[in-house]
Amino acid sequence: MWGLIHKLGSPKWFYYRSAALQPWCWGVATVLLLVGSVWGLVFAPADYQQGNSFRIIYVHVPAAFLAQSVFVAMAVSGLVFMVWKIKLADMAAAAMAPLGAAMTFVALFSGAVWGVPTWGTWWIWDARLTSMLILLFLYLGVIALRGAFSRRDSGARAASVLAMVGVINIPIIKYSVDWWYTLHQPASFTLTSRPAMPMEMWLPLLIMVVGFYGFFIALTLTRTRSEILRREANTRWVKALLEEVN
Amino acid sequence: MTPKRKRKLYVIVTLVSLAAVAVGLTLYALRANINLFFSPVQIAQGEAPMSRSIRAGGMVKVGSVSRDAESLDVAFTVTDFVGDLQVDYQGILPDLFREGQGVVVVGELQDDGRFRAKDVLARHDENYMPPEVAQALEEAGYSPADFQAKAAEVGQQRKDDT
Repeated sequence: MWGLIHKLGSPKWFYYRSAALQPWCWGVATVLLLVGSVWGLVFAPADYQQGNSFRIIYVHVPAAFLAQSVFVAMAVSGLVFMVWKIKLADMAAAAMAPLGAAMTFVALFSGAVWGVPTWGTWWIWDARLTSMLILLFLYLGVIALRGAFSRRDSGARAASVLAMVGVINIPIIKYSVDWWYTLHQPASFTLTSRPAMPMEMWLPLLIMVVGFYGFFIALTLTRTRSEILRREANTRWVKALLEEVN
Repeated sequence: MTPKRKRKLYVIVTLVSLAAVAVGLTLYALRANINLFFSPVQIAQGEAPMSRSIRAGGMVKVGSVSRDAESLDVAFTVTDFVGDLQVDYQGILPDLFREGQGVVVVGELQDDGRFRAKDVLARHDENYMPPEVAQALEEAGYSPADFQAKAAEVGQQRKDDT
């Protein structure tokens, strides 16, 4: 058990083992995203009240899921890095942060575009929208904090602490629509209950959600691998690898 | 786990829990401000300030919308099924505004208890369905509120039919 964990924590071992996994992740994510977007944006039925603007759900909901999941993943990586000193966890956290920030922005932007025809406003300071905006600032804070130190290790620790403390915001985002009166409606699509829409609407949404997660895994693998090469550039195995390529 | 790592884990867990408690207490203290709107019953009980811009929210009462034929004036009742609030508005309503739907109005309470809205925002619920399903339900005599439970039923029936 501990042997496997220590192997997993070795950048070199991870670099070689993930090579085979990488193209599969990209392939599956691409297929799912293509199928999901065409199905959702073209073939799924329009909503009885919102018409075609309902289709924004096929981008908005997966992006919002990912925005929150990536932050949790980043906080867990931060914990593993701080307690067990596994550098690979920090490399993964560094690789994830920009994607999480981008997804938060996509969720906020698509929500604003959706809000204009449905609510009649693109922004309102309700609990859901505000907590999501705070999440974007937390991401930017984590990214900036990492870069603010001249020693990489100090930056990594500061970013980990902010990620771990910032994770408090995640349940606030999730339950904001239940705890307070908001303009945003409660969740239509959760792990625990039946979706509040018929199957021909939620099946493409499910495909999009899985596709977004696949994209996250694929991108994190690729970015972590290049981070490994960058940080381990002075080790013997990376130098040998580079000589092989040249 | 080595004692050093264990200690570190405890420090982090304590730090995060304390931060969570602090945030939780803050949100609890500010709960009245975080709520986006007052419900009609809160306004009836005098919890909302007068002659200051506030938001009120609830359902548009079925059969309460009356439009002026000559102008953009519209009056309707917002209800939370306990209290009612009469709203006056002048302007264009959002597309999703309809009777039996959620709505948030921004404006001021008048001395006579009516609400003078300067903005009307439509609130929609978490249910989505294709127009054919909605129409079939309406013809069968269901109101939008019970649509969803029924939508699943109708979908099931359709699947059984084929």
